[in-house]
Amino acid sequence: MTSAPVLALRGVSKRFGAVQALTDVELEVHAGEVVALVGDNGAGKSTLVKTIAGVHPIDEGQIEWEGRPVSIHRPQDAQHLGVATVYQDLALCDNLDVVNNLFLGRELKRRGTLDEVAMEQKARELLSTLSIRIPSVRIPIASLSGGQRQVVAIARSLIGDPKVVILDEPTAALGVEQTAQVLDLVERLRERNLGVILISHNMADVRAVADTVAVLRLGKNNGTFPVQQTTQETIIAAITGATDNAVTRRAARTTEVAQ
Amino acid sequence: MSNDTKTPASAPIPAVDPRLLQREAGLQGYVNEFVRKVRGGDIGSLPVVIGLIVIWLTFGLSNSQYFAPSTATYIAYWMPGVGLLAVGLVFVLLLGEIDLSVGSVSGLSAAVYAVLAVTHGLNPWLAVFTTILTGAAIGALHGWIFAKIGVPAFIVTLAGFLVWQGVMLWVLGSTGTINLTDVGLNHFLSGNSYVLNGDVSGGYILAVLAVASMAYGSFGEQARRRKAGVPFKPTSELLIRVGLVAVGAFVAAYVLNQDRGVPDAQVMFLALLIICDFVLRRTSFGRKIFAVGGNIEASRRAGISVAAIRISVFSISGAFAALGGLTIAAETGAASQSGSDPNNLMMAIAAAVIGGTSLFGGRGRVWSAFLGMLVISSIQYGLNMESLNQDVEYMIMGVVLLAAVIVDSLARRTQKSSGRG
Repeated sequence: MTSAPVLALRGVSKRFGAVQALTDVELEVHAGEVVALVGDNGAGKSTLVKTIAGVHPIDEGQIEWEGRPVSIHRPQDAQHLGVATVYQDLALCDNLDVVNNLFLGRELKRRGTLDEVAMEQKARELLSTLSIRIPSVRIPIASLSGGQRQVVAIARSLIGDPKVVILDEPTAALGVEQTAQVLDLVERLRERNLGVILISHNMADVRAVADTVAVLRLGKNNGTFPVQQTTQETIIAAITGATDNAVTRRAARTTEVAQ
Repeated sequence: MSNDTKTPASAPIPAVDPRLLQREAGLQGYVNEFVRKVRGGDIGSLPVVIGLIVIWLTFGLSNSQYFAPSTATYIAYWMPGVGLLAVGLVFVLLLGEIDLSVGSVSGLSAAVYAVLAVTHGLNPWLAVFTTILTGAAIGALHGWIFAKIGVPAFIVTLAGFLVWQGVMLWVLGSTGTINLTDVGLNHFLSGNSYVLNGDVSGGYILAVLAVASMAYGSFGEQARRRKAGVPFKPTSELLIRVGLVAVGAFVAAYVLNQDRGVPDAQVMFLALLIICDFVLRRTSFGRKIFAVGGNIEASRRAGISVAAIRISVFSISGAFAALGGLTIAAETGAASQSGSDPNNLMMAIAAAVIGGTSLFGGRGRVWSAFLGMLVISSIQYGLNMESLNQDVEYMIMGVVLLAAVIVDSLARRTQKSSGRG
């Protein structure tokens, strides 16, 4: 991680009316890095993701893209930069097949008409490089299992050649085997040198694939930890705020006095 | 999954899961796959084909005159009018919406054409153009109120049903009926116009064209897919498909030639069906219609302007209603107060649904307008022949419509339970 982060948030704040959703949040994502964004409900994870995705423009602070400050006002701005977001509700069309869903809104054309052959070819290439296994690229999404739909949704985000992929709780509703498939896919995204922001409540998933864990608590940063050198207890303590209790406050005060 | 994922990148795992039921080679494979599809609720045109055979046998056995060539002429001649309304409705049904105004818009369009071309003596082709534009504008207005203001399409078009009927009566004025002159498109669509003046070769030329272009299209695609290394349909399947169409086309041409030939109105209907089928399946506009019919939120996130699609689809429905109205008027030779007969609306909806387009959106083809109209016209002609009263006819048509919707609902449920919905 020596190079500049592909995406960096510097002192980002967001306010909805009387609610201060985000306060001075910092976040860095490097190419080929999986950053897990964790926090309790209402900690601001979704808001933070939506500011990056362009759904909610930020009030204060700065978003840097490959070292340059950029402004993201609309979802199209984010897509244009190369941010792809896979939301929790997958946003696939049940009645269309896998190929059509992958290319929805970005169809390949040949002489003004849809080029089904090229799309199918590209879809197969993409799915096979990601080692995604589905019954057929020509069956409707309705026929796929929850895990298969999730991997199709993630694969779909890669069609536009993004540099950063945001996954909003990709394993929330999945079984053991399907979760494993999705986590495999997250690792493959990292191998493709993409920056990944993974929102999850599941510590086991986070520890399995993430390089860095960024903890949000009440709309503020509450620590960023390298996964390898951090215990699960430390992360959970940061999420729940267990680090901020009577004992720690007394300890902090003692150090202040000592200084 | 543990071992599979360790496969080196040089030998990528095929995207196709080997557990998938693959079709076995040969004819047995076809039969098996067909049975599996039907069991899974993917019934396609099966109910229509079975229904047609039952209808033809029932009427044919009770009255041998039913199999006379004049039956085919009658059906081919009366199909396009309401069939065109059904084509527009297929577009709307694909969005999962309904357009109840098509009957009234068709009646109004006939009246507008009659007033422009007959009363004011406007150039007939210019009058046709203006009429279709009027229909499209009315549809766009419905679509705009639905998409931008958020009034349910059912209510918007129900209001349109009444409003445009009123406007039609106002346009027709006190006389109530305007006889059409046999010029322009009106001549082309009327009962006096047959391909190559009803010459025997006309029907066969059309059949040869249809089969040749279908064979060219399907084998061309097979070649392209083979070259690109993606799965393609085997030659035997293509031959069977082209063969079935060829049999249908040549039998139809032969039977129609026994009588007066192929009506030009039918040719226009078929040409429009081919164009619409192309638009829906091969263009990104068509793909967007299916996407909006499947999942509105997903379409929006994919960058599709849902409002624009809705407005344009209702506009298409209005334009087809106008063209259908012109055809119906040409068939009867006059624009009259019965032009906005609500039965036309009901039959158009029934045709689309009987032909296999789902009322629930996202699933269907324009060809269902053709198949559905074939069923409805066959029943109507049979009932006329038995000289049954209107009351019985209404009851039978109502039951047929209900049966089609029941088949649609059951198919949808079966598709859900077998994971194909």
